Amino acid sequence: MKVAVNVHLKKGVLDPQGKAVLHALNTLGFNEVEDVRVGKQIIIEINTDNKEEAIKKAEEMADKLLANPVIENYDVEVIE
Amino acid sequence: MKVGIVVFPGTNCDRDTKWAFEKLGANTKFIWHNETNLDNFDLIVLPGGFSYGDYLRSGAIARFSPIMNEVVNFANKGGYVLGICNGFQILLESHLLPGAMTRNESLHFISKFHHLKVVNNNNKFLSALNNGDIINIPIAHAEGNYKVDEDTLKSMYDNEQVLLKYCDENGEELNPNGSVDSIAGICNKNKNVFGLMPHPERAMSSIIGGEDGIKMLKGFFK
Repeated sequence: MKVAVNVHLKKGVLDPQGKAVLHALNTLGFNEVEDVRVGKQIIIEINTDNKEEAIKKAEEMADKLLANPVIENYDVEVIE
Repeated sequence: MKVGIVVFPGTNCDRDTKWAFEKLGANTKFIWHNETNLDNFDLIVLPGGFSYGDYLRSGAIARFSPIMNEVVNFANKGGYVLGICNGFQILLESHLLPGAMTRNESLHFISKFHHLKVVNNNNKFLSALNNGDIINIPIAHAEGNYKVDEDTLKSMYDNEQVLLKYCDENGEELNPNGSVDSIAGICNKNKNVFGLMPHPERAMSSIIGGEDGIKMLKGFFK
């Protein structure tokens, strides 16, 4: 089963990469873009058919390694 | 004085750090990240570099190296630990120090001499300096933008854990990377674990730009 862990900087934490992308998009004429946040997606293949177990495991991995709770939030989704 | 210098894959300031501490009279030993034993060291240094290529987050993977269990035990027993640059990032990821690092506000890798102000010398590391002293030490990082929540920051000030701030040559606050309160270096509550982004080991001789790093590291020899 494939799960995706999406990691983003928390709301109050300044995201300099997002700001740079926002400026670039505005420069390209996408003036309707008001804010951009850049995160990362980590795709993990887990050897199980149990959806709940896969999510639980992925959450454990995120808590332990994939996200830093001081500055980042994450969510987990099953993608395959 | 016996100094252990931990080397991870991707560490690149290990030899400079060894040279710096030997210049001050220490015996040094490299400790490979796979080792699981820390014998009688007076100080463990996590040097700068790019451990594990900075993959995922700076220091995030190094934190789970076998040696880090020992470093955490050593620190919890009161042993002195110093993290420089990437070493600081590893100490944050290991929760030996509070807070986290994010990308520099400018997104640039910054490599230059920068002035620092000593905020608190009531600890072994900065004991050879005075509060308010201005020193000039190189910085070299892309992720030195220190972040910590307000409550923790307040308790850090109360416990004298904020040690160094970025400033200009006159001591006025000057923030190169976006860090909260221009913080460049901190310690833990027990004042035995220290982390800073600047590189004192690169300021150990006037022919390479300055000797202010000596004033810093000397504290450990007092």
